[in-house]
Amino acid sequence: MVPVIIILVVILVFVLIFVMQYNGLVKLRNRVDNAWSQIDVQLKRRHDLIPNLIETVKGYAKHEAETLENVVKARNAAVSANGVQAQGAAEGALSGALGKLFALSESYPDLKANTNFLEFQEELTATEDKVSYSRQFYNDSVLGYNNKIGTIPSNIIAGMFNFTAREFFETETPEDREVPKVQF
Amino acid sequence: MIAAFAVVVFAVAAVITYLARFGTIGVIIAAIFAISSSLFSYFKSDSIALAMSRAKPASEQDFRRLHNVVEGLCIGAGIPKPRLFVIDDEAPNAFATGRDPKHAAVAVTTGLLEKMNRVELEGVLAHELSHIKNYDILVMTLAVTMVGMIALMSDLFLRWSFWGGMGRDRNDSNDNNPIGIFLAIFGFLLVIFAPIIARLMQLAISRQREYLADASGVMITRYPPGLISALEKLKADTTVVHSASKATAHLWIEGPLDGDPRKQRKFDNLFATHPPLDDRIARLREL
Repeated sequence: MVPVIIILVVILVFVLIFVMQYNGLVKLRNRVDNAWSQIDVQLKRRHDLIPNLIETVKGYAKHEAETLENVVKARNAAVSANGVQAQGAAEGALSGALGKLFALSESYPDLKANTNFLEFQEELTATEDKVSYSRQFYNDSVLGYNNKIGTIPSNIIAGMFNFTAREFFETETPEDREVPKVQF
Repeated sequence: MIAAFAVVVFAVAAVITYLARFGTIGVIIAAIFAISSSLFSYFKSDSIALAMSRAKPASEQDFRRLHNVVEGLCIGAGIPKPRLFVIDDEAPNAFATGRDPKHAAVAVTTGLLEKMNRVELEGVLAHELSHIKNYDILVMTLAVTMVGMIALMSDLFLRWSFWGGMGRDRNDSNDNNPIGIFLAIFGFLLVIFAPIIARLMQLAISRQREYLADASGVMITRYPPGLISALEKLKADTTVVHSASKATAHLWIEGPLDGDPRKQRKFDNLFATHPPLDDRIARLREL
């Protein structure tokens, strides 16, 4: 009788460990998915803000057609980008183009005083922040998830049920990594 | 956690009842009182704290930047956005309250919004959101309840050794019971020192949670200089929050009652709800 009870208890413990590990994996995977959709929401908001911003700036800075054109191009590329890596690269390029646009506004005092423009600037700064925070949260979630499916004992269960590692979201483009060249 | 604590309280009450063999009803009433008051403060802490500091809801139109910054930080921390309040006060300060992330609220003074730039505001708000994320309100409620229970127990102990000793004297004519005298003296010392020690422990917990909130706040922003420069500004500012009181002191980012931070001495640290700003800045610099 006693050996039977011991065997039953051991089986029960194993089943419990299995259930806990499996549930933990599903929770982490869902968190990664949720974090990704957070990024999506923020990116969409950012893309929606840009056409209005361009309209506002056009009225004040007609001579800067090239900078504006670059922002529009970068935005359209970002909208149509697919997959974690491509999206990351396109967003990085868009950030660069927007940065140039805001730097340009320094030489147009009228534009800088425009309340519409200031509001857009606040909204875009906030959205930019949210994009980077959601990216950070996504990457933290991916790290936790990838660690879980790569380590013993959860890696056994992850292998059985086809939990695969996720990619990190990186906005850095190859140009960003290079040291900026300064000439005097 | 609350349930576990209630069990502990009942166990303690049962032991005291067994030891005292009298006043059972008194102990039960005391225990019920302690539990209900801690539950009340646990569920109502946020509205009480907000009402006491005269905080008004911050509208999205008037406080766009505040809302934007908090939204971003909440995404980074992975918690829902708390309700936001503004206190009309010159002194830059902020506090968080609420029993869990779903029932949380953050209040900031108008002075804070005026004097801090975006990065510094982010540092301060990340600190407050960390209090929420780390369940510090729950921790402090439990600490306060523990302190109350310890005071209550030491009181009961003294009564028991005093009246119990007297009763035995009369019934058993056992005059010079050394154990009874020892217990009476021990209980007397306990009743004097236990509440003080408990209070000091509670304050020590409060200061530890501040360091923790600083560290986890930086974990959200990934930018220690923001919080460091905010704390520097708080140090340089000597205006005092008018609506702060002892009951809410441990909630603020800078101890509102800890006095002028530049005049603090070593001994004051024991009785402060917050560690000295210099120590907090030094710890952040090490990150």
